[in-house]
Amino acid sequence: MSTPETVLSVNDLRVRFRTLDGVVEAVKGINLKVGAGETVAIVGESGSGKSQTMMAAMRLLASNGEATGSVDYRGRNLLTLSKSGLNEVRGRKITMIFQEPMTSLDPLYTIGNQLIEPIQRHRKLGAAAAREEALKLLKLVKIPDPERRMKSYPYEMSGGQRQRVMIAMALANDPDILIADEPTTALDVTIQAQILTLLAELQQKLGMAIVFITHDLGIVRRFADRVYVMRQGEVVEEGVTEAVFSKPTHPYTKMLLSAEPTGRKAPPAPNAPILLQGRDVEVVFKIGGGFLAGDPMLLRAVDRINIALRKGQTIGIVGESGSGKSTLGRALLRLLGSEGSIRFENRDISKADKGDMRPLRRELQLVFQDPFGSLSPRMTVGQIITEGLLVHEPSLSAKQRDARACEALEEVGLDPIMRNRYPHEFSGGQRQRIAIARAMILKPKVVVLDEPTSALDRSVQKQIVELLRKLQKDHDLSYLFISHDLAVVRAMADYLIVMKQGKIVEEGMTDAIFDNPREEYTQTLMAAAMDPTKFRLSA
Amino acid sequence: MLLYVLRRLLTAIPTLFVIVTLAFFLMRVAPGGPFNQERGLSPEIRANLEAQFGLGDPLWLQYVNYLNNLLHGNFGPSYNLPDFTVTELFAAGLPISAQLGASALILALLLGSMLGIIAALNQNKVGDYTVIAIATAGSTIPTFVIAPVIQLVFGLTWHLLPIGGWGDGALLNKIGPILTLALPQMAIVARLMRGSMIESLRSHHIRTARAMGLSDWSVVVKHALRGAVLPIVSFAGPAAAALLTGSVIVETIFSIPGVGRYFVEAALNRDYTLVMGTVVVIAIFTILFNLIVDIMYAVVDPRVRYD
Repeated sequence: MSTPETVLSVNDLRVRFRTLDGVVEAVKGINLKVGAGETVAIVGESGSGKSQTMMAAMRLLASNGEATGSVDYRGRNLLTLSKSGLNEVRGRKITMIFQEPMTSLDPLYTIGNQLIEPIQRHRKLGAAAAREEALKLLKLVKIPDPERRMKSYPYEMSGGQRQRVMIAMALANDPDILIADEPTTALDVTIQAQILTLLAELQQKLGMAIVFITHDLGIVRRFADRVYVMRQGEVVEEGVTEAVFSKPTHPYTKMLLSAEPTGRKAPPAPNAPILLQGRDVEVVFKIGGGFLAGDPMLLRAVDRINIALRKGQTIGIVGESGSGKSTLGRALLRLLGSEGSIRFENRDISKADKGDMRPLRRELQLVFQDPFGSLSPRMTVGQIITEGLLVHEPSLSAKQRDARACEALEEVGLDPIMRNRYPHEFSGGQRQRIAIARAMILKPKVVVLDEPTSALDRSVQKQIVELLRKLQKDHDLSYLFISHDLAVVRAMADYLIVMKQGKIVEEGMTDAIFDNPREEYTQTLMAAAMDPTKFRLSA
Repeated sequence: MLLYVLRRLLTAIPTLFVIVTLAFFLMRVAPGGPFNQERGLSPEIRANLEAQFGLGDPLWLQYVNYLNNLLHGNFGPSYNLPDFTVTELFAAGLPISAQLGASALILALLLGSMLGIIAALNQNKVGDYTVIAIATAGSTIPTFVIAPVIQLVFGLTWHLLPIGGWGDGALLNKIGPILTLALPQMAIVARLMRGSMIESLRSHHIRTARAMGLSDWSVVVKHALRGAVLPIVSFAGPAAAALLTGSVIVETIFSIPGVGRYFVEAALNRDYTLVMGTVVVIAIFTILFNLIVDIMYAVVDPRVRYD
């Protein structure tokens, strides 16, 4: 491979943030090079400094951040360029798309307005010509019905479409370099695949270099020519993608590559009793309506679903956002009103009211996706995990509760000393362990795990999966495991349900479905989920 | 949208009815009446007066009569200013109060927003601290201190402004009251705007705008400010209702013949009709300005739709 001309070189870049706890060094003197037309991936877990590197290069650091070193774009040091000089490069020569498609566009202006603005700014085009350009761009990123979409507001579009608009905006002025900061992380797998394919196509057509910032090794393997592996602000390994993947030298890279959750769960004994059973479960949401506003719109989020969870079983529920998988989980725990029958230990609970449910709550627990939002910031960890005991075992003394808290923390692999600290002192993985301890302390029979690993790094995911499996074995628990992440589901569940638009598309033993998906939708899902063990097809 | 406005105006009717009813009976629960003053009237005169105004009737009948008159746009006569009807009093005073209040509000919104934006753009720097200091002073120093200070400095010492009086609406006479009314509001607006702007400047789409190389003006004014004005809009509605209906302190200190005084005076004198008139006017203003706020929301934010 001939070495292309270097367009961007990052030299001894350091990024520091002044915080209340003192100066934090997020990037510790790294060097990177990006060649013309090349695809470079910067891969690492959260906190590795991969995003801050490029934020610093674009001078987009938060106001308490400071960058030293140099970032050279064709002989210009972006870190010291004047504001006007900088704004001739940003949006014109180097552009950026972000992780958050839902919030990266201005909610108050139309798509057309937002596309036209950078075109007019950088290319001195008249309004009509800029509008033509914008329309062309929407066609380029394959937005259906572009004429109409010009007048749409971001809130009227899906996440995938918004990310297409972001890409259109980023490519508006034919840039040299496109920085893509986790561009597909917030999207469903099938949409992810579409966006990545689009980016690859556009790169072939337009020839810009792409810097991919990602934690997803599958994306790196499929799309990047070269890769930099970052950890704690340093580049620990770099090289041609295939070489790094086949012969990783740094232990951290090796760990990342083996971080995919492994193992399978054996199904429970066929005569295991059914613990939780739903028949024709249906959840309908009313949207709008009211005084003089007419009839509400009905949304059937869960559409007549049958499910039976046995003792010791894990049923995985997969589907994309809006498929109704979380709603189903909540309805089965009677946290949402539903139609149809729900039985727990052969008792009909579908008509049980709040008071009837209260004693059952300890046996039916729920762990949420967001380890940051689901723990009260004003309570200590000890208070958080023992709160349920106050309701369900009021006879316990404070001392006994404290002992139980220690037990529960040890069980989830945390030091009991930590029970007097507050949630903000913990990492995402630790918080999820706390959330699990909060459920486990009540000794439940059924736990609904709603995307418990989705907000976590791969290596942490693996640990949580192992923890959940161990807890299941030790206590003979039954899990309802809701996730969009097929790799994690495969390692957790012995039975699989694939949901789409409130309905079950396909169900069966996990391995059988993975090895031989029958329905087209399941096949699309499987194909879209990128397996880092497979190399890309195109060169 | 039109349907929405219509619906809101329709729902205002029961709201007003409840307010009027509550105010009517609460007023009557208070001890005393319009004609037991410190200088006692002779029983005959009092009986005559009460008969003239129907105050001897059973309470429910008085209530029905009042509602009936109100529906015909008749607020009734003032008991303590017997030469005037309540309508006449408001016709004379409300334009004055409203004019002062509106000017003060506009001044507060403009200056306050500007200060808030300056503070947000210089967060935790000198500019920010200066604005915070001004805003804190503005909202902690009471109007009954600000007003005499203005009179003292601009009126007595420098002879720039008249000390008080309406002067048939001469510009110089309005400056003191407008400044006094505007200062505390300006302080609140500045603080609101600062917080709202800081948050807006941190949002993801502002990062996008910067990454696209847009000018600072566009980033700050077009993208950040529009998203940041909503809290100011919500604040401005009730503030407008309060300011436009006059202020007892400012009108008393500056001897302004507005309507702000009536609420307090009438309540103390048990001038039932005048109190009711004031309540109705303030209620209507509040309902109206809240409606305007909601319409403004839809204008600023396309995601807000009412149909």
